[in-house]
Amino acid sequence: MDVLALSRIQFGATIAFHYIYPPLSIGLGVQLVVMEGLWLKTKDPIYHQMARFWTRVFALTFAIGVATGIVMEFEFGTNWATYSRYVGDVFGSALAAEGIFAFFLESGFLALLLFGWDKVSRTLHYFATCMVCLGAHFSAIWIVVANSWMQTPAGYKIVMHNGVERAEITDFWQLLFNPSSMDRLFHTLCGAWQAGAFLVVSVSAWYLLRKQHLDFARASLRVGLSVALIASLLQIVSGHSSAQGVAKNQPEKLAAFEALYETTSDAPLTLVGWVDERNEKIIGIQAPGMLSFLAHNDVHATVIGLNEFAPEDRPPVQAVFQFFHAMVAIGFAMLGIAALGFLYFRQGSLPERRWLLWILVFSVLGPQVANQAGWFAAEIGRQPWIVYKLMRTSEALSAVVQANVVLASLVLFAVIYFLLFAVFIYLLNDKIQHGPDAADLVPSGKLALPS
Amino acid sequence: MSCCPLDFNVIWFILVGVLFTGYAMLDGFDLGIGALHLFTKNDTERRTMLNAIGPVWDGNEVWLVTGGGALFAAFPNVYATVFSGFYLAFMLLLAALIFRGVAIEFRSKQPMRWWRQMWDIGFSVGSLFSSLLIGVALGNIAWGVPIDGRGEFAGSFLGLLTPYPLLVGVTTLALFMMHGAIYGAMKTEGILHDKLRGWAMNSIIFFVICAAMTMMATLLYAPHLAARVRDNPWFFSIALANMLAIANIPREFHHGRDWRAFVSSCAAMITLMALFGLNIFPNLVYSLPHPENSLTIYNAASSAKTLGIMLIIAGIGVPVVIAYTVCIYWIFRGKVKLDRMSY
Repeated sequence: MDVLALSRIQFGATIAFHYIYPPLSIGLGVQLVVMEGLWLKTKDPIYHQMARFWTRVFALTFAIGVATGIVMEFEFGTNWATYSRYVGDVFGSALAAEGIFAFFLESGFLALLLFGWDKVSRTLHYFATCMVCLGAHFSAIWIVVANSWMQTPAGYKIVMHNGVERAEITDFWQLLFNPSSMDRLFHTLCGAWQAGAFLVVSVSAWYLLRKQHLDFARASLRVGLSVALIASLLQIVSGHSSAQGVAKNQPEKLAAFEALYETTSDAPLTLVGWVDERNEKIIGIQAPGMLSFLAHNDVHATVIGLNEFAPEDRPPVQAVFQFFHAMVAIGFAMLGIAALGFLYFRQGSLPERRWLLWILVFSVLGPQVANQAGWFAAEIGRQPWIVYKLMRTSEALSAVVQANVVLASLVLFAVIYFLLFAVFIYLLNDKIQHGPDAADLVPSGKLALPS
Repeated sequence: MSCCPLDFNVIWFILVGVLFTGYAMLDGFDLGIGALHLFTKNDTERRTMLNAIGPVWDGNEVWLVTGGGALFAAFPNVYATVFSGFYLAFMLLLAALIFRGVAIEFRSKQPMRWWRQMWDIGFSVGSLFSSLLIGVALGNIAWGVPIDGRGEFAGSFLGLLTPYPLLVGVTTLALFMMHGAIYGAMKTEGILHDKLRGWAMNSIIFFVICAAMTMMATLLYAPHLAARVRDNPWFFSIALANMLAIANIPREFHHGRDWRAFVSSCAAMITLMALFGLNIFPNLVYSLPHPENSLTIYNAASSAKTLGIMLIIAGIGVPVVIAYTVCIYWIFRGKVKLDRMSY
C-alpha cells in the first residue's frame, strides 16, 4: 500500500477510535449536571448516589479520550505536513483556542469533580461539574468549527508564502461562523447527548432486568430517558437542517448521500438500497419527490446530480451512501426507542416489558454507530478534497514520511488501541456489575454539612 | 538582529516558550514521579505517589497540547517540519504518553497483583521514555537538524540519536526526576517522605553532573548556542541566575524547606529555557549544515493578522486558566491522604 492509503487508514482509525470517547464525555457531562443539580434541588440522596456512580464511569471515558486525543493533534503535523503548512494560519488558531478555552477548563475542574467531593462545598463541587461539562462542549465547538472550515472554507484568502500557496485569515468571525459550522456543531452535540443519555438508559435497563438497584435504576432512567428523548428529537431537526446546508454548500456530497447521478426535479429519497455504481442506478425502496422536498422544501425542486461534476471531483458513492443511510436509519430508530421507553416509563409499566428493556440495554450502541457512520459520511463525502475545492487529500501528505514508517506507526496504534479498548470494556463492565455504592447514599465530608 | 522590535512574531516566540516551560515545570514533576515510581516498595507507597499527582497531571499535560496547538497556529512551518521530520520519535512519544496517562487511571481499579504491576510498569516506563524523548527532541532542535531548501527535514530517525541530543535527553530525565522527587517530598509524609528526600538528593547530584556535562559539551561543540551571551555579556546574568537557582535547591532541601526547593527547581527550568530561547532566537529550527535554510520566527510564521487574533485569544484565556489552576492547586494543597476516591 502507498503512503497515502496508509496515512488515511491511520488517521481514520485513530480518529474513529478517539471519537468513541468525547461524545460520552459530553453526554455524560450533561447527565452529571442534571443529576447533581437535582440533588442540590431536592436533597434526595439517590441523586447523590447517581452522580457519584456516573462520575466514576465518566472518569474512565475521559482518561481514554485524553490519551487518544493528543494523537490527533500530533497527526496533523506528522502525517499531513503539507496540509498543516497550507491551513496552519486558519486551522491552527482553532486548535490553539480549543486548548486554551476547552482542555484547560475540562481537565482543571475534573480534579474537583473526581477528587473534590469531600474537600469542597456542594455549590463549588456543582460549579466544577458544570465547568467540566462546559469545557467538553467548548472543545466540540472549536474542533467542529475547524473541521467545518475544511468543508465550507470562509473568511480566508490564498497567499503566496515562501513560494508556496497557503490560506490566511481575513475575517475571524466568518471563519468561526462559516456556512456549515453551526449546523454541524449542533448535529455533533445532539449525537453526543444521545451517546451519554443512552449509556445511562442502557445500564439502568440492565439493572431493571436483573432486578437490582431498583431505586437507582428508576431515577437514572428518568434522567436518561428524558435527555435521550429531547436529544433524539432535536437530532432529527438538526439533521434536516444540516442536510439542507449540504445541498446548498456541497451539492456533490448530497448527491453522493443519495446516489443521485442525474440532475433532476422531483428527486426521490432512498429509504434502503444498494448503489450499482457501474450502471449509476440504485436498487432499493424510494420515496418519490422526497429528496427535493427535504433539500429545498419543494417536491418539484431540482436537485443537482453527480454527473454535473468531473469524475475526479466526486466522492466514492457506495460508502458515502451506506454510511449516510445507516446514520439516518439509526437516528429515527433512536427517536422511536426513546419515545417508547419514555411512554412506558411514565405509565410505570416499563419494568414488566422485558422485550423493551432488552432493546434499551442494546440502545447504547445506536448513537455510537450513528456518530461513527455520520462522520464517515461527512469526511468521505468531502473527498477527494481535504479542504473543499482548495486542496486535494493526495496533495496534503508529509513530503518526508515514507510508507514503511506509517505502516509501523499504524501497527503500533492498532496494538495499543486494541489493548485500551479491551481494558475499557473490562473496567466498564466491572463498574456496571459492581453497581452503585450504598455508602454513596450518605454524603460525607463537607458535602454532609447542611448547605 | 542586534536589536529587535517587539512585534507579534517575537511575542509568539516568547509565548510558545512560556507554554513549553509551563509544561516542563508542571508535567515535569508528573513524569519525574513516574520515573521514580518503580523504586517504591509496596502498594501503599505506589498509591501515594500516584495520588500526589492524581488531581493535577491531566491539566499539566494540557500545557503540551496547547503548546503544540500554539506552535501549529503561530509557526505552522515549524510544526509541519518538526512533526513530520521526527515522525517515529513522536509516535514513540505518543505511545509513552498514552501508557503514562491511562496507567494512572487504570492501575488501582483492580486489586490483582499482576494487574497493578502491569500498569506500574506502563506508568513508569511511559514517564521515563516521555522525558527522554522530549529531551532528545529539544537537544536536536538546539544542536541543529538538516533542513533542505524547501524547509523540509532532510535527516533520518537514527540521525536524531547522536551523542549531544542523547545527553540532553538524559539531562532532561535527571531534571524531571529531581523535580518530581522534590514535589513528591512536598506531598508525602512518614517513611515515603524520607525515601523521596533521599531520592531527591541523589537525583540532584545526577542532574548537576548531567547539567555540567551538557554545559561543557555545548560550549565545546555547539558554540552557536552561546553566541548571543558571548556578544552581550549582560545576558550572562541569566546563566548566573540559573546556576544560583540550581545551587539553591540542595541548600533549601538541606534545611527541610521542600517548598522553596521546588520553587528553585522551577526557577532553574525557567532560566534554562530562557537561555535556550535567547541563543536560538530568531531561529526556531536551526539548520545544520546549511544555516540559511533555518526556520525562523519570520519565514515560518502565520500572518500578522492571525498572530494578532491569537494574542487576543491568549490574552482572554491564559489569565483565566492561570487563575483557576492556582485555585485548584490551592484546594489540593497539603500531604496526600488516601481515601476511597483515590487512585
